[in-house]
Amino acid sequence: MAANIEPVLLRYLAGLFPRIGFGDRPGDGLTVVTAPADEVYAVLKTLRGDEPFLMDTLGDLTAVDYPDRLEVVYHLYSSACGHKLAVRTGVTKGAAALPSVTGLWPAAEFAERETYDLLGVTFTGHPNLTRILLPEGFEGHPLRKDYSLPPRPATR
Amino acid sequence: MTTRTEVYTLNMGPQHPGTHGVLRVILELDGETVVSATPELGYLHRGIEKLAESRTYAQIIPYTDRLDYLAAMNTNLGYCQAVEKLAAIEVPERAEYLRVIMAELGRIASHLIFLASIAIDLGGTTGMMYAFRDRERILDLFDAACGARMTFNYIRIGGLMADVDEAFLSGARTFLADFPAIMDEYHGLISGNEIFYYRLKDSSVVGRERALALGLTGPCLRAAGVDVDLRRDEPYGIYDRFSFKVPVGEKGDNWDRYIVRMEEMVESASIVAQALEKLPDGPVMAKVPKILKPPPGEVYHRVENPRGELGFYIVSDGSAKPYRFHVRRPSFQNLMAVDELCRGGKIADVVAALATLDPVMGEVDC
Amino acid sequence: MRPLVEEMIGGPAWLADLAMIAVQIGAIFAVIMASAIVLVYAERKVSAFMQMRIGPNRVGPWGILQTTADMLKLLSKEDIVPRAAERRVWALAPVLLFVPAVAAYAVLPLDAGLVFADLNIGIFYFVAISSQATLPFLMAGWASNNKYALLGGMRTVAQMISYEIPLVFSLLGVVMLTGSMKMSDIVGAQRDFWFILIQPAAFLVYVIAATAETNRTPFDLVEAESEIIAGPFTEYSGMRWSLFFLAEYANLVAVSAIAATVFLGGWQGPWLPGWLWFTAKVVMMIYVFMWFRWTFPRIRVDQLMSFGWKGLLPLALVNVVVTGIGIYIAQQWRG
Repeated sequence: MAANIEPVLLRYLAGLFPRIGFGDRPGDGLTVVTAPADEVYAVLKTLRGDEPFLMDTLGDLTAVDYPDRLEVVYHLYSSACGHKLAVRTGVTKGAAALPSVTGLWPAAEFAERETYDLLGVTFTGHPNLTRILLPEGFEGHPLRKDYSLPPRPATR
Repeated sequence: MTTRTEVYTLNMGPQHPGTHGVLRVILELDGETVVSATPELGYLHRGIEKLAESRTYAQIIPYTDRLDYLAAMNTNLGYCQAVEKLAAIEVPERAEYLRVIMAELGRIASHLIFLASIAIDLGGTTGMMYAFRDRERILDLFDAACGARMTFNYIRIGGLMADVDEAFLSGARTFLADFPAIMDEYHGLISGNEIFYYRLKDSSVVGRERALALGLTGPCLRAAGVDVDLRRDEPYGIYDRFSFKVPVGEKGDNWDRYIVRMEEMVESASIVAQALEKLPDGPVMAKVPKILKPPPGEVYHRVENPRGELGFYIVSDGSAKPYRFHVRRPSFQNLMAVDELCRGGKIADVVAALATLDPVMGEVDC
Repeated sequence: MRPLVEEMIGGPAWLADLAMIAVQIGAIFAVIMASAIVLVYAERKVSAFMQMRIGPNRVGPWGILQTTADMLKLLSKEDIVPRAAERRVWALAPVLLFVPAVAAYAVLPLDAGLVFADLNIGIFYFVAISSQATLPFLMAGWASNNKYALLGGMRTVAQMISYEIPLVFSLLGVVMLTGSMKMSDIVGAQRDFWFILIQPAAFLVYVIAATAETNRTPFDLVEAESEIIAGPFTEYSGMRWSLFFLAEYANLVAVSAIAATVFLGGWQGPWLPGWLWFTAKVVMMIYVFMWFRWTFPRIRVDQLMSFGWKGLLPLALVNVVVTGIGIYIAQQWRG
């Protein structure tokens, strides 16, 4: 049964990466690690491979469009240690780019493509970062809040 | 004269009898042998995630029906539990039991569709008719409970749309009583057939390591020998009150994926029987405001759907509508394995692999 | 009938011969058309009962006019030719497929003396004619200019050639026993017992190979719907498609009739008239083929090949050798 990650491990992680913040989020009370965009890959790499964490399962990867930033959220699980954790990082809307985590979790391939497609986050180093749900040549990223829906064609 | 061979491209789908809806697989073929297979998605994309941002929480439930439309009860359940977690709503006992009954019947119905489609994909039309006949009985039960056969909108935030009547309960008991005989019939007609066995055995193998790496979940992962089932490992609702086995395969070939689902149906039937036995009296709906405004916060809730791990990620800003609504769809993730399943096989194996992967396009394209 | 025709025409003998041939060909066509119409209905009803359905039940009593209605619909459909198709070859294929299916009927003895041409190489003629069916499939598959069709066409060639050989060998045992390839001789030799009793292995091989020859489940790889849409027929519609359909049922009757003739004693049988016995046996064989089709799934193309070459063919060859030894022992024993 996946429980929240032990606070001692979080303090250890904070020792490795002093710039990260952590806390339990309101709602489901899941522990969230907030990392700056330039450090998030290193944090994820540590969480994926290093001994006390071993977050071997990427549950979900998506992004949320907040007024000031795009926030990419990773939900991680460890089948070996039985703990769970969310990692989030904010990127600026104009140049939303992050390193791809397909090298850490191959399962991220489709999720990153979807996030790129619908929210316009570029994942550098992704093997095939193309639109997945929307057609090629589609303008814009519909899940962004500023995306305006095209007017309905007049029906008769 | 010199002969020259060439790899050619075959577009399988989006209109093809073997691709379960509007999946398109681009096959690179060397004769009949598959060199590579690329799934192309999006033919059923309706933008449910975007639509949800302008709907109230209760209005989103019908959209979840249209995600995995073959197991709509389970999808309803996952969404409602996510919102209940977000808004801290307690669900009455009776509703919890009825939810389990509905979800497990939904799992059986969904696996029966899998059985039907693999039978017809492998050319055995009669098997399909048998599986549909028995699924029809479950749909009749759902119909009796909520008046709909496919898209139920039955499980609501805080409970259920309505209580079930005696006809439903006795119908469910009769179905469970007939179920062993039904399974015997399938094993005689479909699993027991030599041709069927040799078509599936040792083809399209995705082993333990690769299955985990590709993020497969549900029966496809268990078939590869990974003993994971959220109902047991991370019990949601009241699943911790039931005892059931988690069937696990050996090597992750088509046959394992088939047999794991067949055994899961038996386990689901046993869960339904246990729930029917313990079903308490009482209300089926909690006190929930008409317009629900969960406090600001985030929730990621995952449930074991017939196709794997279904996760709902909801961000609330305290208003009546979710700020962000995201679904982790198991079929979508499972489709990542298409290339690995099909490579090196024949065209007929592509059809068999897609059948045992069992994607539902409504869910894939969201 | 011949004297009657001569009297009616009253002209030279060749004219009467010509008239006779026309009548006989007409009769064969009538038999094929009628049996196809009946069989399509029968197949749908049989499959319906096996699948707990009702089957056609709207047109006419118990739906018996359903096939007629379908035929009329097919005849009245627009003739669509794909733009990319190789037009002439494409148009020729269904006709060419229909020819061997019809020609095979010439040697089927329906009753004592009731046969269009009782050739002394009857079985050889049947085998030769029915193997012609490969080419039209390939033509249709290639000329459609469709990858699914081409795949189907290629599968046909591989399948027909692989299963033609065990089919021939399975018939060889009976030919060795009777010492004749004439259909009437083979039927005559079964007056005391049917050849299925002393050639059970050959009968088994024949039934399996014949299922493959007629492209029916579990060997329906040619038109495998869930894999390659409809194989060579993908681009055909209306009457052209129904010619394929018709040929398929004509072939089904033909292989069933050969099975009845060679292994089940043909028209021989007590009490009833010969043609009735023959029809009953053919109907039974057709039912067996339908039973296969609605119970079995389809096998894969590589399994098809290895089964044909490694399973059926050796069995047929062993049967021929055992038959030869048996004949030798019987001759020695009789003195």
